[in-house]
Amino acid sequence: MKRRTLIAGAAALGLASRAQAQTPGARTRVVFWHAMNGALNDEVNRICAEFNAAQAATEVVPVYKGTYPETLTAAIAAWRAGQAPHLVQMYEVGTGSMLAAGPAVKQTWQLIQESGVAIDPNAYIGAVRGYYSLPDGRLASMPFNSSTSVMWLNVDAMERAGLDPAKPPATWPEVVAAAQAVRAKSAAPTACTSAWFPWIQLEQFAAMHDLPYATKANGFEGLDTALLVNAPPFVKQLDRLLAMAKDGTFRYGGRDNAADPLFTSGETAISFNSSGSRGDIAKTAKFRWMEAPLPYDPELTTAPINSIIGGASLWTMTAPGRTSAEYKGVAQFLAHIAQPAQDALWHQNTGYVPVTLAGFEESKRQGYYGKNPGADVPIQQLTRGTVTPNSRGFRLGRMPELRSIAYEEVERALQGQQGAQAALDNVVGRGNRVLREFERANRA
Amino acid sequence: MERRTIFPGRLLPILLAAPQLLLTAVFFLWPAGQAAWFSTARQDAFGLRSEFVGFENFSDLLTDPLYRESVGRTALFCALVAALSMGVALLLAVFADREIRGRAAYRTLLIWPYAIAPAVAAVLWILVLHPQVGLVGRWLNRHGVAWDYRLRDAQAMSVVVLASAWKQVSYDFIFFLAGLQAIPRTVTEAARMDGARGWRRFRTITLPLLAPTVLFLLVVNLVYAAFDTFGTIQALTGGGPGKATETLVVKVYRDGVVNLDLGSSSAQSVLLMGGVIVLTMLQFRFLGRRRAD
Repeated sequence: MKRRTLIAGAAALGLASRAQAQTPGARTRVVFWHAMNGALNDEVNRICAEFNAAQAATEVVPVYKGTYPETLTAAIAAWRAGQAPHLVQMYEVGTGSMLAAGPAVKQTWQLIQESGVAIDPNAYIGAVRGYYSLPDGRLASMPFNSSTSVMWLNVDAMERAGLDPAKPPATWPEVVAAAQAVRAKSAAPTACTSAWFPWIQLEQFAAMHDLPYATKANGFEGLDTALLVNAPPFVKQLDRLLAMAKDGTFRYGGRDNAADPLFTSGETAISFNSSGSRGDIAKTAKFRWMEAPLPYDPELTTAPINSIIGGASLWTMTAPGRTSAEYKGVAQFLAHIAQPAQDALWHQNTGYVPVTLAGFEESKRQGYYGKNPGADVPIQQLTRGTVTPNSRGFRLGRMPELRSIAYEEVERALQGQQGAQAALDNVVGRGNRVLREFERANRA
Repeated sequence: MERRTIFPGRLLPILLAAPQLLLTAVFFLWPAGQAAWFSTARQDAFGLRSEFVGFENFSDLLTDPLYRESVGRTALFCALVAALSMGVALLLAVFADREIRGRAAYRTLLIWPYAIAPAVAAVLWILVLHPQVGLVGRWLNRHGVAWDYRLRDAQAMSVVVLASAWKQVSYDFIFFLAGLQAIPRTVTEAARMDGARGWRRFRTITLPLLAPTVLFLLVVNLVYAAFDTFGTIQALTGGGPGKATETLVVKVYRDGVVNLDLGSSSAQSVLLMGGVIVLTMLQFRFLGRRRAD
């Protein structure tokens, strides 16, 4: 019943914005729903205001719609009521659902074709482009805010533990050894923590080691995909973390970004977290810190490839009676934010990675990485090696639910209720049921 | 004695009832009807493809061990919340019923938690119990208790029970106090004259006379715990760790709004609606009996 209210509410909001859109003589209004709060919200408003000031034909109206899942639900409800926004910011795990949305969205390649506005897909970093492209390389949605995950280190704690900050642990055995040193010297109350557990410890782990996470190229090649995350390398990785949790060198801080304060408060020496937490760490940490690439398992590879992205992309949505002028306005806005200077500014102001190669070059040219050492680590990690079907990203339906399942089973394992193999078997068993449901509901 | 006003004709009564009927239709019958319809369909999130599947969503649910676990968990949660909130409320009411200094202030303060929004209540409890931020949470960890309700099932359950029960104590307190004050002093005085001491007097005189209130509050508390605690649980634990605090309403929200599995979520809503109807009927019957007394 709660959902009904949501749908009705979204419909009412949509009605209001439509009524305004049809004011005679006004500029073409493009409604842009996003999920950026706080300082990020200001940044989105800045971009829209600049675009509105730079040209007269289109006016982009940014609207904050809540968290990523809330924005997804609102967009779906609005579309069902025929009142979808022109543009919506959708988190990366919602990509599978949006791709199955058929007539509800206008994919970016189609928008480019129809509007004649030039946006070059090859301008984007491979790991970013891959996540939001169709298997044949056409862009489905517009890359916007991307991050990846890295290893954050408390330099003071490392020195107390007798570790050399110039040589951060590069492999998992080195992380385990460093964690033991931190514990032995009591350099920090706990050695490690990890935010975003399924994303960082399972999904990133799969991509970097070029391991398949699911069949059918992680779902890119068909809805009849099945999870493979109970394979031995994943079991070994989870086992390692469970063992660390048992001997007190790993501490689980909760779901999503709930582990953030464990690092910034100095409680842990090492934190695996999003590269996007840089701003927060810079603001709150009262110790010297640094970022380093995610560690790899030397038994699986000695040359890890690119990590995958997190964050969100922009989807163009359809509604009855939407004109080509409105779509053209959307395309022009997208072309505006794709400019290297805009991308570089967004990257530097927010802590997200630049999504275009030119944006990265522009930031380099401006000397940003000289002033902010380590800020290029995530970009180097994202551009490392060649993107393979295993490191392109994920195209799994109902992926937020798959992540919840992974959280639940890992949480049960961390409490000692089950071992690593059983936990990942459950992730696969329960996850595959979800994938089959999605397949049945979305079969043409 | 019952009083009735009989309106002449048909039009006026219909007109008078119309606003309420309209509200019921728009805000209850329409959405509930749609939930019932959705519960028999399998459809994608955007409603592009819809397929009639009969009772498949229901049979999937009833054979799903996770759903049955959630039913059991909800029953346990309701029992704990009802027992804790009613127990504490009765204790407080018994004390407030005595002659003590500042009784009015004491009673007013006890009623405050009822007025606090569920999410705010949850935040208050987080500030107390959070293992790194919370006053009590930090104290427990310093004294060798491995307190982390975000990772331990039993601790998480106790936290949501505590926060939910705390909010309901005020309501129970008011009813218990009224119930206690309705017990004629002469009866308790007579027992006292006969030499019955405190506990015995309470058990044999007060409690039986309070039984109707206890029964009424039991139903109200069960309904509250089952359906009204979503905000508190969502804000405190979001249903985790694992599924340790995922009660039926939390599951409806997760499956419907987060996971966008509209068929299953609607089927769960329909089952819950059945539950509410049964509980409400019980409550009406009981209230009716009370009024007839």
